[in-house]
Amino acid sequence: MYKYIGKRILQMFLALFLISVFVFALLQMIPGDPVYAMLGDEISIERHDQVYREMRLDRPLPEQYAVWMKGFIGGDMGYSFSYRKPVAELVAARLPTTMYLGVLSSLVSVALGVLFGAVTAVKRGTWVDNVVTVISNIGLATPIFWLGILLVLVFSLKLGWLPSNGFTFPWEDFGLSVQQTIMPVICMSIGGVASYTRQTRSSMLEVIRQDYIRTARSKGLPEGRVIWKHALKNALIPILTLIAVTLRNTIAGAAVVENVFNINGMGSLMVQCITKRDFQLVQACILLLSAVTCVCNLLVDIAYAYVDPRIRLK
Amino acid sequence: MKKAKRFLGVLFGRKIVLAAAVVVVFFLICAVASPLIAPCEPNAIDLKSTLEGPSGEHIFGTDQHGRDLFSRIVYGSRMAFLIGVLAVLVAAVVGVAIGLAAGYFGGAVDSVLMRLIEAEMSIPGIMLALALVATFGNSVGMLIFILGFSAIPPYARMMRAQVLSVRELDYVAASRIIGSGDLRTMLRHVFPNCLSPIIVLMSQSIGGTILAEASLSYLSAGIMPPTASWGKMVSEGYQYLTTAPLFALLPGVAVILLVLSFNILGDGLRDALDPHMRGNL
Repeated sequence: MYKYIGKRILQMFLALFLISVFVFALLQMIPGDPVYAMLGDEISIERHDQVYREMRLDRPLPEQYAVWMKGFIGGDMGYSFSYRKPVAELVAARLPTTMYLGVLSSLVSVALGVLFGAVTAVKRGTWVDNVVTVISNIGLATPIFWLGILLVLVFSLKLGWLPSNGFTFPWEDFGLSVQQTIMPVICMSIGGVASYTRQTRSSMLEVIRQDYIRTARSKGLPEGRVIWKHALKNALIPILTLIAVTLRNTIAGAAVVENVFNINGMGSLMVQCITKRDFQLVQACILLLSAVTCVCNLLVDIAYAYVDPRIRLK
Repeated sequence: MKKAKRFLGVLFGRKIVLAAAVVVVFFLICAVASPLIAPCEPNAIDLKSTLEGPSGEHIFGTDQHGRDLFSRIVYGSRMAFLIGVLAVLVAAVVGVAIGLAAGYFGGAVDSVLMRLIEAEMSIPGIMLALALVATFGNSVGMLIFILGFSAIPPYARMMRAQVLSVRELDYVAASRIIGSGDLRTMLRHVFPNCLSPIIVLMSQSIGGTILAEASLSYLSAGIMPPTASWGKMVSEGYQYLTTAPLFALLPGVAVILLVLSFNILGDGLRDALDPHMRGNL
């Protein structure tokens, strides 16, 4: 087990290294001069040369990479030209918001998806199964920005129940926080709920056919116990791998959802700095969010190896 | 011929798959024959009739520049198809090549390629596309490559898994014994026998790619105005939600209909190609 964990950690750092090289290379691949691309063509030649040197673009590439990486790990992520602030300061203010929404949405996705999936598997072929299957198919096909706008139209503009934008942490103002997070969380979790439902359903159907379920039934256990204790527990193993994928998609969804609901998180920051071509900010955002997904992947894999010994013995 | 007929019979034997195919064909006709179907020029500005509701003249109403919404939605299907289909093609070609090389050669080639794929998979999807748009711009051709590049990993992984199982079969060994080189063995004997799950994956991921394009356009990082694209139309309409709610909502309905139909068609194709499922139909 320890050997497996060690190997996975090594793989994670390798993936992070490759991502960092890619993110670093992005700045080099900008067609034309990166300084003009960021600051516009109107700046003076002196200003251009000054920024060029400040960003160490005159140094050899390996040195540039090493300095950039060293700064990044030490908390110096560069300087945002569009916000006129250090990148680290901007990111520190916004990463918690996105993480809070992402984790909350992932939890909602797992809870509802597994519940729906188990129910539809047990009630296979009935109207419950059909309705949930149709809804989850629609859920997978709905653009989340569109869903967000529909929710704003109904719950904010027509009914006036929920605020259409903003974000507050629950420890600042619990009531307001709940009101403000309901719609973003619905949007960020809809895709997850749909995919967990589908996966749990097929996984449950597979498990229900197994011999030990027949054994459990034939020794007289009540049906509820057979389903929730014996079947679901084993059906959940393949679901674990889905968690990493969903979390990654949920974080990606933040880019859109934060824009719809005007939330100051990493997603909206990323979109703003792309229109302003603020590359150092783009680099930091991608690298940080990728690091988050890498760590989650690692945790999921370790959990997977823990519940399923076949993985770690392979 | 008989085989193809039987396959189509199984595929479209389910009414829902048939309905999905009809919707896809409907949108395809809209995309190909936009000028014939759209009643108005999609970019014709008419400042006397902005943000109108549905009427005899404009059946879906007009947008903030007085452009006919129905015509713009019809023209929007062009971008959805163009980018959705071509990006999937790019992803499949590159992904299959990577998976084929990794699975066939194994060893160091496999390790290097798979680590690269894993690294790419760790970058949240749309963030990767956004960063590439920031770097390389968002012309239509670029968007196709960017969305295609973002979608490579599943193809590479599936192809690799397929190759690993096919590689050990007798006919591959036979091909090597009679003196075929690596390239010939890979392309003539391994590749065709790994293809059917790739085709299923492609048909299942067109919908997701159309969604990704819509999201990018919604975030102003996709199709540039004034070209009609569904995602951009939703974001333009968001500002006029109280006065003209249909402006933001209708293009989204088009996205849902097309993506849902592609997804159902993809699942139908998977079930029809999978003999295990055929018994259940």
